[in-house]
Amino acid sequence: MNSAASARIRLKGMLIKEGLQIIRDPSSIAIAFILPVVLLFLFGYGVSLDAKHIPIGLVVEQPDTNTASLTGSFSQSTYFTPEYFHSIKAADTALKEHKIEGIVWLKNNFSSQLLNGQTPDIAVLVNGVNSNQAAITQGYIEGTWVTWLQHYANLSGHAFKPTVELEQRVWFNPALNSRLYLVPGLIAIIMTLIGSLLTSMVVAREWDRGTMEAILVTPLHINEFLIGKLIPYFILGMGSMLFTVTLAIWQFDVPLLGSFWLLLLSSTLFMLVSLAIGLLISIVSKNQFIAGQISIMVTFLPAFMLSGFIFDINSMPEVTQLITQIVPARYFVAILQTLFLAGNIWPVLLANMGALVLMLIFFAIIVRKKSTNHLE
Amino acid sequence: MTSPLQLKSVSKSFASKERPILAVDNVSFTLTPGKVTGLIGPDASGKTTLMRVMTNLLIADSGHIQVLGLDMATQGHAIQSSLGYMPQSFGLYEDLTVQENLDLYANLQSVPLEERPKRYKILLEMTGLQAFTQRLSGQLSGGMKQKLGLACILIRPPSLLLLDEPTVGVDPVSRRELWQIIYRQVADEGMTVLVSTTYLDEAERCYEVLLMHEGKILGQHKPADFNKTLTGRTFRLEAKGILYRQLLTQLEYRSDILDASLGEDNIHLISAADTPFDQAALLSDLRLLKHVTDLRITPAPAQFEDVFIATLKAQTTTLSPPKKIKTVINKTSPEDVIKVVKLERRFGDFVAVKGISFSVRRGEIFGLLGANGAGKSTTFRMLCGLLPASSGSLSVAGHDLRTASATARRNIGYMAQKFSLYTNLSVSQNLRFFAKAYGLSKSRQAERIQWALTTFELTDYQNSNAGELPLGFKQRLSFAAALMHEPDILFLDEPTSGIDPLARQEFWQRTNALAETGITVMVTTHFMQEANYCDRLMIMAEGQVLAAGTPNEIRQLATTDNQAMPSIEDAFIHLIEEHTPPQDITS
Repeated sequence: MNSAASARIRLKGMLIKEGLQIIRDPSSIAIAFILPVVLLFLFGYGVSLDAKHIPIGLVVEQPDTNTASLTGSFSQSTYFTPEYFHSIKAADTALKEHKIEGIVWLKNNFSSQLLNGQTPDIAVLVNGVNSNQAAITQGYIEGTWVTWLQHYANLSGHAFKPTVELEQRVWFNPALNSRLYLVPGLIAIIMTLIGSLLTSMVVAREWDRGTMEAILVTPLHINEFLIGKLIPYFILGMGSMLFTVTLAIWQFDVPLLGSFWLLLLSSTLFMLVSLAIGLLISIVSKNQFIAGQISIMVTFLPAFMLSGFIFDINSMPEVTQLITQIVPARYFVAILQTLFLAGNIWPVLLANMGALVLMLIFFAIIVRKKSTNHLE
Repeated sequence: MTSPLQLKSVSKSFASKERPILAVDNVSFTLTPGKVTGLIGPDASGKTTLMRVMTNLLIADSGHIQVLGLDMATQGHAIQSSLGYMPQSFGLYEDLTVQENLDLYANLQSVPLEERPKRYKILLEMTGLQAFTQRLSGQLSGGMKQKLGLACILIRPPSLLLLDEPTVGVDPVSRRELWQIIYRQVADEGMTVLVSTTYLDEAERCYEVLLMHEGKILGQHKPADFNKTLTGRTFRLEAKGILYRQLLTQLEYRSDILDASLGEDNIHLISAADTPFDQAALLSDLRLLKHVTDLRITPAPAQFEDVFIATLKAQTTTLSPPKKIKTVINKTSPEDVIKVVKLERRFGDFVAVKGISFSVRRGEIFGLLGANGAGKSTTFRMLCGLLPASSGSLSVAGHDLRTASATARRNIGYMAQKFSLYTNLSVSQNLRFFAKAYGLSKSRQAERIQWALTTFELTDYQNSNAGELPLGFKQRLSFAAALMHEPDILFLDEPTSGIDPLARQEFWQRTNALAETGITVMVTTHFMQEANYCDRLMIMAEGQVLAAGTPNEIRQLATTDNQAMPSIEDAFIHLIEEHTPPQDITS
């Protein structure tokens, strides 16, 4: 038998073994196919980053038709669920008790200022504990206020200074539906879990249980071992990716504006990067528990928090922004969000794919250097 | 025929926190082709490291290794491809079936498909695994796993086979079968085999023995030639009217006796090399003891264990006899401290312990013997109050375990099989933890820790992490931890498994001394010779008691016409085989 034929048989042996182990280990299947469903439903339905039905308090010191018109526009807005208070004191208490997120205070000179052609002084108080939420609440209150003021001006013929012409138009996600950008980003999270966490743990298990020691003292070459590990988990990861995409499109109505083939190509790239990192972690740690811990710290958590999946990278401190440059998921999330929501925007896609290619080359070289037929 | 394995001045060291550890120290030897050679040495003597260096799993720091005519420095992978190696963990995938494991190794060895059925048939027959091909290997018993591991290596019979402690933790029946397989390979295939082991009786099965200690090879001879070095220095001491283990304590401090250990119904002595053995003085000293009659010293043939102990004791300068643990309080009394009646334990449909009854007297050493899965550990856990009984009654130190297990537990010291120590705490931190866990007062803690460090000679190691200790020292520490609260009853679960003979002997000396102070000791063991240290013992299989009694009574059960003087091991195998056909013992 020639050596190529023997190598083929050895590789086949590894693949059969790995396949059987995946099928028998419920956790691999759970991570690849049940976890995506759970995460999709959680982020698709449970988590929404849009501000809607914000509870606010309205304090009107001297109710009349003008104030009723303004409070009416707060009531009719889907952004707010207003509650009326008789005094600023009562509203203040409610704010402190977190029953409301903000207060709009119309003082008793509201209508007189309005009739004199002045812009009335209204006081807006916002709970600043959650600064993000506070900014959104403040923005929406201002928006509602300015809109009402213009509306009033048009009706009465008064001109107010300062009048700001505000026209908002949101591109790519016109309804500002956070689900639409969360769901594509999830694909990166799931592939990170399979490529790095699962793979690093199953390879480390070979060291833990001493099977590595046994199969290294056979004609099996370390390269064959690595390929034997890569192929099954690559298939598992890509299968999970396709499954997630299918669910995203048909269950969550996320549009795929870009090319499916580009999605497949970039996913392949990212999967390989994740696998290489997973292999590297297992080779360095040689222990299942430590491999799991390292994978969560260096792949999963960064993919979650530093990839732009949930938190916008541009609003991070500069140091953190720099750190995100070495998080592979960052590039993949950018690709995913572009492909799904904007289409084939070549400059964005090429730049991010280029970064992934560089990372793949970098990690593949290290893995190859670190892996030997020795235990040390 | 050239040797398939040659080592010249091979060394290998590891970096460690405190100092580099020289695991293999300038080792040179040449293996005799077509024979079984034993690599024998205590734990941490460097056997496994040496095995890994010879399989290219570790790279030697210096020296030259030639395997099957290949040079390790340049043809490492070719060497890995051609030799057969079974690591201590057997290398089995526990979530694959027996057949799937065999298939995997057949693929890794590129065995042609058409040759496989024939090869599988031979191997399955040889290992007795035909009936279990569809069983997950994780669900096999220890002995079966080892045989499967060996079968996987033998799929394509290698001309050189290296086995790293293949018989550790396996019951005697399985061990015997494993050796039969190895010998068949040597006879049929002309294979050269190197087996590392801590079981000294296995040395006698080898053609040649390499004795290893602290990384060095102390000698390479045929077992008989090793034994010759002790000619005229080994004796048998017999007496009546006293327990041998009690007599043993009288022999520990004599300068003309290098070593004294319990044999089958006698005491085995090795005289010192430099001090002449004064038999007359010994006999007259022993005659002063109460009740002792029929004292007799006769020359005995040297065994390999004697050589091992004599060589190692000569090498080890630090070893001194263990200190007395406590002064004698009371002797064995007829009072039963452990009473078990019709004890049963079920796990679902499976009955692990089937209505056993026995009792243990104060100050007695009571042994529990059995193959894997015989119900020993289950019984043990029930006695320690770790597992409730399904039915039956059991009382320990006068407390019914079903109603007052917490009170009963206060009088119990328990040493678990895997030495439950905190590996990343130092020796003294471990001791402090256990002292606190038992609720000792501050001053008492300090006192007991000091006691443990001196009694168990751990003072030099008190700042080392427990995980870095040699196995024998881990066992000492674990033993000390179980004694922190001065329990009346001591439960020792497989305390000597995997420990070298020297450490084992030391352990039994301590246990013996403890029993002398009135502490009741209950112990499980795989080592049948150790049964001789027990006052009474019980042999279990499949949750039932096969036999119970003194070691002598047990031996008599196996006395037949062609076996007049059976050992405990013979008796054990006899009883087990009588109970079940050998195939199903472990399933």
